[in-house]
Amino acid sequence: MLDFVIESVIKVVVVFAVLMLFVAYTTWIERKVLGRIQVRHGPNRVGPFGLLQPIADGLKGFFKEDIIPSNTDRLLYALAPALSIIPALLVVAVIPFGDQFTLFGRTITMRITDINVGLLYILGLAGLGEYGVMLGGWASNNRYGLLGSLRTAAQMISYELALGITLISVIMVSGSLSLVEIVEAQAGLWNVFKPILWVPFILYIICGLAEINRTPFDMPEAESELACGFNIEYSSMKFAMFFMAEYAHAISLAALITCLFLGGWNLPFVATPGFLKLPVFLAKVFALVFFFVWERGTFPRLRYDQIMRFGWKVLMPIALANIVVVGLYYTVIA
Amino acid sequence: MAETKNMIVNMGPQHPATHGVLRVVLELDGEIVVKATPHLGHLHRGLEKLAETKTYHQALTLTDRMDYTGALINNLGYCLAVEKLLDIEDRIPERATVLRVLLCELQRIAGHLLWLATHALDMGAMTVLFYAFRERETVIDLLEDVTGARLTPSFVRVGGLAQDAPPVFFEKARRFVQDFPSKMAEYERLLTDNRIWRERTEGIGILSREDCIQYALTGPVLRAAGVEWDLRKKQPYCGYETYDFEIPTGTKGDVFERYLVRLEEMRQSLRIVEQALDRVPDGPVMADEAVVSPPPKEEVYEDIGQLIRHFKWMSAGFPVPEGDVYVGVEATKGELGYYLVSDGSEKPYRFRVRPPCFVNLQALEDMIVGRMVADVIAVIGSLDIVLGEIDR
Repeated sequence: MLDFVIESVIKVVVVFAVLMLFVAYTTWIERKVLGRIQVRHGPNRVGPFGLLQPIADGLKGFFKEDIIPSNTDRLLYALAPALSIIPALLVVAVIPFGDQFTLFGRTITMRITDINVGLLYILGLAGLGEYGVMLGGWASNNRYGLLGSLRTAAQMISYELALGITLISVIMVSGSLSLVEIVEAQAGLWNVFKPILWVPFILYIICGLAEINRTPFDMPEAESELACGFNIEYSSMKFAMFFMAEYAHAISLAALITCLFLGGWNLPFVATPGFLKLPVFLAKVFALVFFFVWERGTFPRLRYDQIMRFGWKVLMPIALANIVVVGLYYTVIA
Repeated sequence: MAETKNMIVNMGPQHPATHGVLRVVLELDGEIVVKATPHLGHLHRGLEKLAETKTYHQALTLTDRMDYTGALINNLGYCLAVEKLLDIEDRIPERATVLRVLLCELQRIAGHLLWLATHALDMGAMTVLFYAFRERETVIDLLEDVTGARLTPSFVRVGGLAQDAPPVFFEKARRFVQDFPSKMAEYERLLTDNRIWRERTEGIGILSREDCIQYALTGPVLRAAGVEWDLRKKQPYCGYETYDFEIPTGTKGDVFERYLVRLEEMRQSLRIVEQALDRVPDGPVMADEAVVSPPPKEEVYEDIGQLIRHFKWMSAGFPVPEGDVYVGVEATKGELGYYLVSDGSEKPYRFRVRPPCFVNLQALEDMIVGRMVADVIAVIGSLDIVLGEIDR
């Protein structure tokens, strides 16, 4: 029992540290890649290739004055950034990064935990993550903030539905809610290459982008309309936490898509040697992160009502039809 | 049931998408605009009154600071008005006239590029901002080669131009004329056929032909509504009638068509630039009028008589015959008009500007009531306002 606790604690600490490092460097990747796309350099002053920029930004966040506007709901105002980032971090607990390895005679699995209702846990956390953004805009007693959080509430809830429904087809094909089993079932053939499953893959990416508020769905903070929206009144580390939460969400979304559709640590069509599993997994995650940056550099922003219409009138019906089609296809073939 | 109340949102004067210090008080029902009241005056500098205390030569620098995205065109309109008062219009050297057209059309391209950049950014397409600014930089560099300034050149002078253009400018301008169409294609690839861009702009902020005329709107906003009205064609100045170009028009008058009209205007401006480059004649760039033109610098250093004239000209200015005059030019945003009244002294008695943006802004409320907050941004962007000109 004790060694299980020690092992888990060590894993949690290591995963947390690595994740936060990734979060920091995702901001660097975003700025560098966007810079490339937009004929400019991106950060290149702090350290070689601007590699120390995320650290400098973090330090700056700590030293900035933390301004709390008057007439805010202080408890919720302080709680919102935490509510925003914690679920994003917790999602990573059930993500399998790799298979297992042996260290000092112990078999160590490359995940914090594997719960048999992993996907439900993730959906639950995703629902929780919205509160941070919603409360942040609400508690800061700013009208732009309020508009931002209203948009969040509407957008995230509607896209969450489509997101959850999309997942059902993956669950049907894999026959499990556990992420480890879903990944293992994809050895040899990734889900995305299985018949029809590219449909939920695309749906999931779209819903996921809406879920993490990225362009073209970055309604809650649409900077040119709402002047930053929900986080308009936040400063210092509270703002930085919202900022980190956004990137943590992006990474966990990338990790989820990797597990659900892109075969997790599996190479396509061939068996994966043990030492390659973690690199393969990370490569896929960062390929997706790159995709998120790329599409941000390409698309304009949709309007709020268009996003809602798209969510309810296009994505929902497709997601529902997808369940039926996938179900029919896989039962008839099997 | 609880009583519901509309929310008042104060958009601006510090807001990233109101293009300066425009303040719009929006009454919102949810995200739907019920009422919109623009408030002006945050950038009011009293330029029109100030001009009355300056000589005709000094007042020129004030015109730069109105529509600072199209400063040369502002200069041109003012100089044309003063020249008309002086009745020296036909004594402007040919080289100066062609160069004026050339520079003003380059300035128009730069102004439209700035509009494209900010308009796209407002809609969330931030990459277009950098692409458009890259080309704008090229144009601004070109203008800098000639005028020595990037934003406020004060280069068009009463009687001609301040200086001649260096040979390197013509080479660079030709290269730009060659390169620019491919860059335009790049913007079009990013925006014109983009579903999201079209969703955001098509059918938004519609102004009918009649409404536009009622409001006396000018420029691309009017042309997008289907009215073929361009002062360069309809009341030609600087020999615009001799250039071969078209007036792009739309039919529906929505944000998307204003975008298309402006893009096409850049292409037409490029055509004019190309033709102007081919026909720049040799010769002086300043009218040989002892009254309006300062003595040449070399002579000022050598000749006591010219030195005295230089001081007299620079300090007292030149008298302008009594009378009043209105001259309108087609600026990037619409008809820019100058109404000058002279009492025969060296300073304008009245200096009045008809700014296109100020007039165009009237239509704002009509276009956004009943629409969403995001459309307000799209519509303000499509009006292409510059607060320096609205407030003066």
